[in-house]
Amino acid sequence: MTSYDSLFYVFAAVTIIPAIVTVFHPNILYAALSLFGSFFGVAGIYVLLGADFIAATQVLIYVGGILVLILFAVMLSKNIYGMTFQDEKKKKILPTLFGILLLGFLIKLITTVHWNTTLSEEGPLPTTAALGNLLLTEYLLPFELASVLLLAALIGAIILARSK
Amino acid sequence: MTSLPEFLKELFESWPLLGILPVWFYSIVAIFGLLFLFLFPFAGVAVYVERKIAGDIQARIGPNVVGPYGILQWIADALKLLLKEDIIPTNADKKLFILSPMLIFISGACAYAVIPFADNVILANLNIGIFYLLAITSMVTLGLILGGWASNNKWSLLGGLRAAAQVVSYEIPVALSILTVVLVTGTLDMAQIVKMQGPFYWNIFHNPFLFISACIYYIAALAEANRTPFDIPEADSELVSGYNTEYSGMRFAIFFLIEYAECFIICAVATTLFLGGWHLPFFDLSSLTLGLRIPLQIMVFMTKSILLLLTMMWIRWTLPRYRVDQLMKLCWEVFVPFSFACLIGTAFWMVLFKGKGIPELILGLFVS
Repeated sequence: MTSYDSLFYVFAAVTIIPAIVTVFHPNILYAALSLFGSFFGVAGIYVLLGADFIAATQVLIYVGGILVLILFAVMLSKNIYGMTFQDEKKKKILPTLFGILLLGFLIKLITTVHWNTTLSEEGPLPTTAALGNLLLTEYLLPFELASVLLLAALIGAIILARSK
Repeated sequence: MTSLPEFLKELFESWPLLGILPVWFYSIVAIFGLLFLFLFPFAGVAVYVERKIAGDIQARIGPNVVGPYGILQWIADALKLLLKEDIIPTNADKKLFILSPMLIFISGACAYAVIPFADNVILANLNIGIFYLLAITSMVTLGLILGGWASNNKWSLLGGLRAAAQVVSYEIPVALSILTVVLVTGTLDMAQIVKMQGPFYWNIFHNPFLFISACIYYIAALAEANRTPFDIPEADSELVSGYNTEYSGMRFAIFFLIEYAECFIICAVATTLFLGGWHLPFFDLSSLTLGLRIPLQIMVFMTKSILLLLTMMWIRWTLPRYRVDQLMKLCWEVFVPFSFACLIGTAFWMVLFKGKGIPELILGLFVS
């Protein structure tokens, strides 16, 4: 096993174990907090793939933004300790169906994409310029669509907040 | 363009014993050197200086008992905090209570990896330097909000929530003003950004929009570090001491240390991005020999940063505190629109003047 492989398994474990904790922990605050490990593990895997910019974005957006907002919302809710949100009567069919669909899609993705599995000696090459070029040429339409979607969400949030 | 560990390795290449040591050994030496020889003493001295300045501004004497002019006060304080009993409240969430200072310390200390103190004196020369710094310092919020919640104290919780709301909001003007600089330099690499500013092509004078951006960065970063006049998360007259109310001993010391470490990071980033880093105007330091160049560059860099830090302390002891709603209004209605305007203005400037800044244009008039 090369050092690349062992690093990958470390990051994979750091991603998956907290993800399992998130799903099964009875305390909603701990469940939210263990996402922290998951997000970091994913960032580590991005670094292994040579995508330094994406890794930093992962930390900035998910740890610094989304996780803080989730914790913010959790702390403002009542009964953090007494919550038994996993014991509610469970709906089984639809989630299972979606789960299988998602799993199939991910397996397809994993087997079709060609992954970089060697650690370069000089560290990651600069990726930001290439990313910017691709976003503004080949992927311009998805990029603009995402911007419009975010703008719509922003305006929607303002309308909801002002509707009083 | 090399990082500090590689630079040390090259420096000691021909030495008898040190030459054979691998790069990772020098990395560890560099990291511990930065932490124990710079970060901890610097934070300590900054506390002393802050108290002295507070004394001067408020017509008091300040610390004056331990050592001449009380200069050893910070060592006495640090020893006292080390020896104090470490109290964890009975009803606190123990795991999170312990985790919170750790998170804050990790993210605060990790940010020092990309500060370019001098040519080659940078711990990790990352391609995405400034972006990495933004990402890693955003973890501080998580520590604050957890500390506030785990203490099981209403003042702490309110402080933590206020800190989260404030930092998340003020991250936007900070990021936008950094983006304006990146528009001019075309790179995220901290060492490269300094290199591009030459002896007197400092970014702050590049165009009028960047000057405004620099001011926005400095003020918004003050808010991000929870410094007065934006210290509502620890407003002592309202919340006792905010998120760190229940902390004592060494854990409290870590909160305190990282506050000053963060202040220095803000000043160092402002120096790097806007004030030309280790460049001295009208004097090209890079032509000097190695032994003279590195210490001089570090001195120039530190002088600029410490002047900004002193301004921070001056502001702290002069201005009253903002109210929560005023603070949010200032961010969303003043800083965010202005920093967007600066971003667009700089983009237009780059197109109109082909990327040349004001000093370059003026110089062009005389030379050609």
